[in-house]
Amino acid sequence: MANKLIVSLSPHVHSGDSVQKNMYGVIIALVPALLASLAFFGLGAAVVTLTSVAACVFFEWAITKFILKREKMTILDGSAILTGLLLAFNLPSNIPMWIIVIGALVAIGIGKMTFGGLGCNPFNPALVGRIFLLISFPVQMTTWPVPGQLTSYLDAETAATPLSIMSQALKSGDASILSQLPQSMDMLVGQTGGSMGEISAIALLLGGAFLIWKKIITWHIPVSIIATVFVLSGLMNLANPVFAGPVSQLLSGGLMLGAIFMATDYVTSPMSHKGQLIYGVAIGFLTVVIRSFGAYPEGMSFAIFIMNAFTPLINTYCKPKRFGEVVKK
Amino acid sequence: MDLILVAVIALGAIGLIAAIVLFVASKKFAVFEDPRIAQVAEVLPQANCGGCGYPGCSGFAGACVKAADAGSLEGKLCPVGGAPVMEKVAAILGLEAVASEPKVAVVRCNGSCENRPRIVQYDGAVSCRVAHATCGGETLCSFGCLGCGDCVKACQFGAIKMNPETGLPEVDEAKCTACGACAKACPRMIIQIRKKGRVVKESHRRVWVSCVNKDKGALAGKACKVSCIGCSKCAKVCKKEAITIENNLAYIDPEKCIACGLCVNECPKKAIHATWEVPVPKPKPAPAEGVAPVQQAAPKAAPAAAQQVQQ
Amino acid sequence: MKTFRIGGVHPAENKLSAGKPIVVAELPKQAVFPLSQHIGAPAVACVAKGDVVKVGTKIAEAGGFVSAPIFSSVSGKVNKIDSIVDASGYRKPAIFIDVQGDEWEETIDRSETLVKECDLDAKAIVEKIKNAGVVGMGGACFPCHVKLSPPPGMVPTCVIVNAVECEPYLTADHQLMLEHPEEILVGVQLVMKAVNVTKGYIGIENNKLDAIKLMTEKAVQFPGIEVVPLKVKYPQGGEKQLIDAVIGRQVPAPPALPVSVGAILQNVGTMYAIYQAVMKNKPLFERVVTVTGKSLANPQNFLARMGTPMQQLIDACGGLPEDTGKVIGGGPMMGKALMNTEVPICKGSSGVLIMNMTEAKRAEADPCIRCAKCVSACPMGLEPYLLSTCSAKADWERVEKEDIVSCIECGSCQFTCPSHRPLLDMIRLGKSTVMGIIRARSAKK
Repeated sequence: MANKLIVSLSPHVHSGDSVQKNMYGVIIALVPALLASLAFFGLGAAVVTLTSVAACVFFEWAITKFILKREKMTILDGSAILTGLLLAFNLPSNIPMWIIVIGALVAIGIGKMTFGGLGCNPFNPALVGRIFLLISFPVQMTTWPVPGQLTSYLDAETAATPLSIMSQALKSGDASILSQLPQSMDMLVGQTGGSMGEISAIALLLGGAFLIWKKIITWHIPVSIIATVFVLSGLMNLANPVFAGPVSQLLSGGLMLGAIFMATDYVTSPMSHKGQLIYGVAIGFLTVVIRSFGAYPEGMSFAIFIMNAFTPLINTYCKPKRFGEVVKK
Repeated sequence: MDLILVAVIALGAIGLIAAIVLFVASKKFAVFEDPRIAQVAEVLPQANCGGCGYPGCSGFAGACVKAADAGSLEGKLCPVGGAPVMEKVAAILGLEAVASEPKVAVVRCNGSCENRPRIVQYDGAVSCRVAHATCGGETLCSFGCLGCGDCVKACQFGAIKMNPETGLPEVDEAKCTACGACAKACPRMIIQIRKKGRVVKESHRRVWVSCVNKDKGALAGKACKVSCIGCSKCAKVCKKEAITIENNLAYIDPEKCIACGLCVNECPKKAIHATWEVPVPKPKPAPAEGVAPVQQAAPKAAPAAAQQVQQ
Repeated sequence: MKTFRIGGVHPAENKLSAGKPIVVAELPKQAVFPLSQHIGAPAVACVAKGDVVKVGTKIAEAGGFVSAPIFSSVSGKVNKIDSIVDASGYRKPAIFIDVQGDEWEETIDRSETLVKECDLDAKAIVEKIKNAGVVGMGGACFPCHVKLSPPPGMVPTCVIVNAVECEPYLTADHQLMLEHPEEILVGVQLVMKAVNVTKGYIGIENNKLDAIKLMTEKAVQFPGIEVVPLKVKYPQGGEKQLIDAVIGRQVPAPPALPVSVGAILQNVGTMYAIYQAVMKNKPLFERVVTVTGKSLANPQNFLARMGTPMQQLIDACGGLPEDTGKVIGGGPMMGKALMNTEVPICKGSSGVLIMNMTEAKRAEADPCIRCAKCVSACPMGLEPYLLSTCSAKADWERVEKEDIVSCIECGSCQFTCPSHRPLLDMIRLGKSTVMGIIRARSAKK
């Protein structure tokens, strides 16, 4: 026999799963939402997406090569592309390119590579980028174009989004303002203002179904977030109609995108199912609280960001149920 | 005016109460610690390597103080600081330091890639202990170095390096503090902490058997070119009865060995190593190249030779 | 359909040798019997060089209570008592016997007739099993009589037969059930009698429909024995998982035993061996072995004498392929990679699996992305990522607190890890270290 036998401990077979497969799986799941945003925002969406992805991949490459000086290049594992896509999805489609590049640098540079690259970052990199931009460039980040202007980019006309209508209603205490909210059907399809990737709830749900079917994520985080928001905002709406109803809450802003794609980020979410449920419920709760009582109209990213910080704590205290832990005689 | 007065009184009262609480607490919950422990700990190297056998430097300091109360510092040695540090410790405790000989880690395997042909390929986690649990190793020798570098990872002082050519660890005598972390990390107990040996021409002289294979001679010989086959030629030639043969393996007792070097050239498998070039005795005409491998195997000589090649 | 509740994975089944009849393997020229073929103390050789032995002659005595005697599977002359590299990858003492003819001990009943009636009492049955050197034949090789003698205060309520064969590739148990269903059922009855219970379950995974059908048909004649079809999921053959699947009770963390929840577990191959030991006076010296692999010309099930070198069985399947990368003793999930093919068939050798270079090579490990797939897959509800990391950092206190000793080393975590991390390698290291620490601690007390 020509070659030496290999020895290693068991198991000797592998499921064939890989980091790449998971990352590209999430990217595939984002395609429906990408198509929806291209359909509503046209050129703007294309420019923002391409810039963001290209910038993220470039920064990951440059940092790995010139700062960390690592031999192994990680740009092909799909995580940088994914961060780029998610960052783009969280931006208005008329945002200037230079802001996107700054966002990508913060997301990859500060959010991810500072901590040692994929697997070590405490916060979701795309969220770090988005929150940085939201605080640094509040005007550019909160003027959203009206959907349907397929050939315009920076010059797109802007209008109020469902969330700003909700926040206006809260500030004035006048529940009748809420009647300006678009139809639920429009919000489901995405015929409304907002960041480029978050508008079409149906496309995002489709992606979520794909992720669960492919076992890339489990149902725990998205379902617990959505259920919490639904129940909590429903109760608040019943108590005082100035708070928007549960359906509009669910379909507006980055809730779907956050619940399905941002909160479920492997690295920054808890490991046990019990922990994931706690994490999801807390995100849902914080989102509703920030939306209703905070200074910003959108609370999703802040809620996920805060809970990312709690993930290690949840991991320490929420252990999966051990086999044989509860023995019934 | 009233406002200022109220503030001053309130703050003063809070301060007073806090001061009383702190005072009571410091008296009531005070823990007596021998001040000498802190003094001893001060002169220790603070590497917390555990080489002394105590949990960290403060643990060792406590043990020293306890031992000093009993009257003697015997058996207490900080392997990192060595004699100078122990002298300082003794001075603090009002005792005389017990002289101890300097020691060094010695790798007792010479099964390099060339000497010990690989028969299988290990493909698991890079850890000697995992490899040890997997099988006898990549070669026919199930006693020798596994080459995954657990000892290198264990060393706090950067004194052990893997030689990529031989696949074996090499100890830098200048950096080694003989703390024993590597010896503990090695699942096959190949590394031993031995005396540095007597000083001749500014370098230490010591002799050891660079093999731990307990298989019968024929098996050991098949597995590795430079294995000890337990032929006991070395034991016969030794004048100090320092060499014992047990389980087909020769062992040189460092306490008895005087590093005369008689056994080095006696070994038919060149398994006995010395830190200096042992001249071949004249009455027995031996081939000239017989000397070379012995010299090369000395830990100091090997890196030097490698450097020369690079230059 | 029943199955265990926590975790589990679905490796590709690859039962290449399914349905292939059991072929009697040729006698070897020299048979080698390692003295430690079971968990517990090694056996002590009771023959010397030059002794003449028959098939079924005892050649080594049990070395303690948790140990088992070893019997010759061939007739011939003892060549030497030396050492051989066994499945563990280390040289261990073994008895070498040169084969001459095929002469059996007269006490062994070699007829094919089925004997159903047994007038022995419980104690005599256990004694007979003990003296026949029967051990658990699923792979762990735990001496059988120890399991049948529960510690005082623990009352068994049922016997569960492990006919799950959840390891991919292996078909030995499956084929045994198809060819000797009644013998197995008599064996179950014997064990039920030995531990004084009236209920016996045979757990079979749903990918062996023919065996489920056949065993259910035959079991009608045996009161108290029930065949339980189980959903296909690995590691259903783990004893704790199987008890959970069949009777819905979970064995607590070690040191609890299966009998703490009233279950006595035995492998289906062991049942056959028990039948032969008690009814036919035939000690354990041969077993069914699956020799398989994608690159192998003709994967088969053999009835092989113990001590036969694996190379001989591989040759009978068309020889070792040129591109062989790994030879595994046992299944791909829990088997041991062998250092050479001269390793003899032992009591626990359920299979020989040949893998080619591409299958055998592990992929390079990436950093952990904390995807929690290992946590979901772990059938014991542990956190493999954490145990592995802490073991690598030698934080033994932490891993002990995280219940590392509960790990059954099934490999589900490493199988599922998208980063191809050597999780189980490190967990095993941690587990064995922690067990050592625990032993030292209890020895101190």
